[in-house]
Amino acid sequence: MNKTATYRITVNASTENLSEVRDFIALHAKKQGFSRKEVSDLQLAVDEAYTNIIKHAYKNSNNENVEINLSFDPDKLCISLFDSGNSFKPESYDLPDIRKKMKERKRGGMGVYLIHQLMDSVSYHAQPDKNEIRLCKKRT
Amino acid sequence: MKNFKINHRESSGLDVLDLHGELDAHTASQLEESLKLLINSNKSNIIVNCSELDYIASAGLGVFMAYIEDVRSSGGDIKLTNMNERVYNVFDLLGFPTLYDILEDEQDAVERFSNEN
Repeated sequence: MNKTATYRITVNASTENLSEVRDFIALHAKKQGFSRKEVSDLQLAVDEAYTNIIKHAYKNSNNENVEINLSFDPDKLCISLFDSGNSFKPESYDLPDIRKKMKERKRGGMGVYLIHQLMDSVSYHAQPDKNEIRLCKKRT
Repeated sequence: MKNFKINHRESSGLDVLDLHGELDAHTASQLEESLKLLINSNKSNIIVNCSELDYIASAGLGVFMAYIEDVRSSGGDIKLTNMNERVYNVFDLLGFPTLYDILEDEQDAVERFSNEN
């Protein structure tokens, strides 16, 4: 169960594929022995990262792809999402002021905070031809 | 959209939305439409029953953020009930329990509305 393994999926960057992406994460994380709660956390973190790529890297344009790599090793799981859109790095990882947003009838800006709450480490790597967001979670 | 569904019903003179399935950036627009329909017909005492809601991402929470002020400014509220632990955890991580009425059971929300009105 703890041996090193990698899995990859490439999906069109569309919110239509969110459930497919969550299913892909759950399938492999369950097989690798992550608990139900951990699987939920991983699904949500990847959902938020993938949604941000659709909105911010690709600005909701169709016909773009996101590649997702899962890499299990004995002490942790790392999930990388690659895109070839605009590189972006969030300015803040802090808890957003939800009360203020409510008053202003605004939404959004919560995904990055959630990702950082759910994962043990989060890093961004912008290369000339592609961007990577890498999310890692230790095995407990 | 097969993985998300909303039913609307009336109960004790209140409007109840039953959410089923997975609420994410794709399905959030359905919740938005349902809330807008109620608000546009001047319905402002709304219960959202989450007993069949399996999953929520921040895009789903965003819909509640965008419309709560409209509802409250006309004297009503959106009360959320019957969340499973996994769904509640997402609301909790973002601090929603101090900003929204999140109740164990739909009946608790009915009682709270009747005490408020």
